Amino acid sequence: MSFLTIVFTALFYAATILLVVGLARRIRMYWKTPAPLKIPTTPAPTTTGGVVMRMFREVVFFESLFKSTKWTWLFGWVFHMALFAVLFRHLRYFQEPVWAPVVWVSPLFKYMAFAMLIGLLGLLGRRMFVDRVRYISAPSDYLMLFLLLGIGISGAMTTFVAHTDVVAVKSFFRHLMTFSFDTMPNVPADFTIVVHLSLVALLMIVFPISKLLHVPGVFFSPTRNQVDNPREQRHIVDWARKLEE
Amino acid sequence: MAKAEFEIPELKEYPEIPPIQPGAMAGTKPFTAKPEMQEALGFPGELVEDWHDRAIEAMGDLLGKYRSLQVFLDACVKCGSCTDKCHYYIGTTDPKNMPVARQDLLRKVYRRHFTFAGKYFPKLVGAEDLTEEVLEDWYSYFHQCSQCRRCSVFCPYGIDTAEISMAAREIMDRIGLGQKYCNEIIGKVFKVGNNLGLPGPALADTLEGLEEDVLDETGVEVKYPLDKKGAEILLVTPSADFFAEPHVDGLIGYGKVFHEAGADWTLSSKASEAANFGMFIGSYENMRKISLRIREAALELGVKRIVFGECGHAWRVAYSFLNTLAGPWDFLDPNYPVPQHICEYTYNILKEDEGKPDEEKTLKLDKSQNDDMVVTFHDSCNVARATRMGDKPGGQFTIPREVIKAACNNYVEMDPDTIHEKTFCCGGGGGLLTDDLMEVRVKGAMPRMQALNNAIEEHGVTNMAAICAICKAQFTKILPYYGMGMDMIVSVHQLISNALILTGQTTDEDEDDSAGDEDE
Repeated sequence: MSFLTIVFTALFYAATILLVVGLARRIRMYWKTPAPLKIPTTPAPTTTGGVVMRMFREVVFFESLFKSTKWTWLFGWVFHMALFAVLFRHLRYFQEPVWAPVVWVSPLFKYMAFAMLIGLLGLLGRRMFVDRVRYISAPSDYLMLFLLLGIGISGAMTTFVAHTDVVAVKSFFRHLMTFSFDTMPNVPADFTIVVHLSLVALLMIVFPISKLLHVPGVFFSPTRNQVDNPREQRHIVDWARKLEE
Repeated sequence: MAKAEFEIPELKEYPEIPPIQPGAMAGTKPFTAKPEMQEALGFPGELVEDWHDRAIEAMGDLLGKYRSLQVFLDACVKCGSCTDKCHYYIGTTDPKNMPVARQDLLRKVYRRHFTFAGKYFPKLVGAEDLTEEVLEDWYSYFHQCSQCRRCSVFCPYGIDTAEISMAAREIMDRIGLGQKYCNEIIGKVFKVGNNLGLPGPALADTLEGLEEDVLDETGVEVKYPLDKKGAEILLVTPSADFFAEPHVDGLIGYGKVFHEAGADWTLSSKASEAANFGMFIGSYENMRKISLRIREAALELGVKRIVFGECGHAWRVAYSFLNTLAGPWDFLDPNYPVPQHICEYTYNILKEDEGKPDEEKTLKLDKSQNDDMVVTFHDSCNVARATRMGDKPGGQFTIPREVIKAACNNYVEMDPDTIHEKTFCCGGGGGLLTDDLMEVRVKGAMPRMQALNNAIEEHGVTNMAAICAICKAQFTKILPYYGMGMDMIVSVHQLISNALILTGQTTDEDEDDSAGDEDE
């Protein structure tokens, strides 16, 4: 194994553990923290089914953001949807055999990288040029955009500018996933793929300690996930019940 | 126009988002609570010596008790969606009045003490220590938030700055830095039973006076009972309804509706206040203690139903929290929701009356009595975004409007971006209805005043109806700053009261005729 391969082996195992354990702990904490009062932003659904639909519209269409500001919605939504398309296409680098739908969409979804970059650049522009958004931005808010831009640009370059040995990359990850170290192939030492993989690992590491926690957070947001039925059903949590004793 | 020592925002034909002016409202803050007011609520009398450590400890305690706080402090991505949504930002242009920036005052300390990134890379993620300056900012800007939840409507994660403001105020209370207005009032509720400190005998006098007024005006004996044991309905209403204008006209209206419906109802001297400022200061314990008065009153009087009068945040505590705080209500009549809003009560009668011939209707409403008005409706923030009326989502918008329309021929809406869930706060909610915050109140009212002003110019609106005691008091005071009449603001049940022809009432026409004769 090359030195680079050893480094990436260690890096991706570490990043995966940090991502999974970090997220699991955070989700567990959200789960265990009680919501003592009914605070859905109304009008709110009066049934669980309604809440599922509300959450679906929120995470798939960004409903609240759409109500708010169309430019942020456009750039934000395009970025996220393109990211999902790109991630979906990336399954081909981890599966053997590759799932048929992934094969079908691959030729088309390859171009989603550009939609993703356009969305990110729009969000960056808004952050830099709208005085209100500039005011609320910390260095980490810019860095997060640069990180994602870096991942997108380096990734697109491996496809559209300087082809990397993608078969070797896939083989590397398949070996990582099956813990088959004795036959481990080397990671190609191309600049673009090294940058791409390094930044992806960095993203995985910072995910559970950054604002990317909005991903699990939205599902735990009481203003969005509560059923509007306080008169019909008494809602009380343990620490509040103790006050009654 | 009322005099002001500050610039009153200009009203424009189209809403504009102003450029930020950092520090525009810095140092604007309410009076602090005196030691005895603090102690009555179970808080330290003055700023404790180890305030920094106690504040961080309190933050940790709240983070473990409120999922909202924990998730909201983590989830914000600084997308800026909320930045132009707060009436205090639009009216003051101070960037710390943008919801996300207001949250960040707390979030930066949270990050410093409770997150990995903030502990080891504070500059990178904008984490900061809790310094005296930060604490001053907290006191100033968490008292420039009316907890109206408008920001939460537009946030992709539903982050509600009200939750953050409440937590911040609770933390400040716990280190001995309380706000005079809220904490003094809560003390009065505990001591006397209502925000205004009206004792039982004064209430009885006031209600007797109302009975006489209604008798003089209509020739009908409408009762406004107090502490009547065995009554079916307990009415809990904001204490402003007992004497403030136009609140009291609303109370007169509720009484007339009950009278015509033949309802056996009563007010309570123990629960002579619907408001619950425990919510404003984010104190579950105080909010619960205030709510329990209503339970005790209901049990002592042996009522079967509870109805709330026109009050915004009170309806939030009643609708959303009362079952949690003071329930279960299994001793009340299960055929009715607990509690009910007075608008639901009146609306239900209107529905039953539908299609009946006039003489068989419970409520005989003569809309022409309100023909001198062109009415619009101000959705109160807490009712609009934190409660419901009726059994369908959005009933909090349709039901009060149906009640108004049943009493008025001329009804129009304001700009659709300023009504329903997008309504703008009156500028005085959330514990800000105090003279020491007048500049914040006047400037914060600007978006609503602008929409109203445009409705006046386009539709000739003469009056704005509201179902919130704070809105009514705030507008009465603020309208003159913008060159409008303080009596433009009316209670919803005042409109009902005007239009309602009581059984056996000497009609206005007789009087009008005689008055006309005199004129000639």
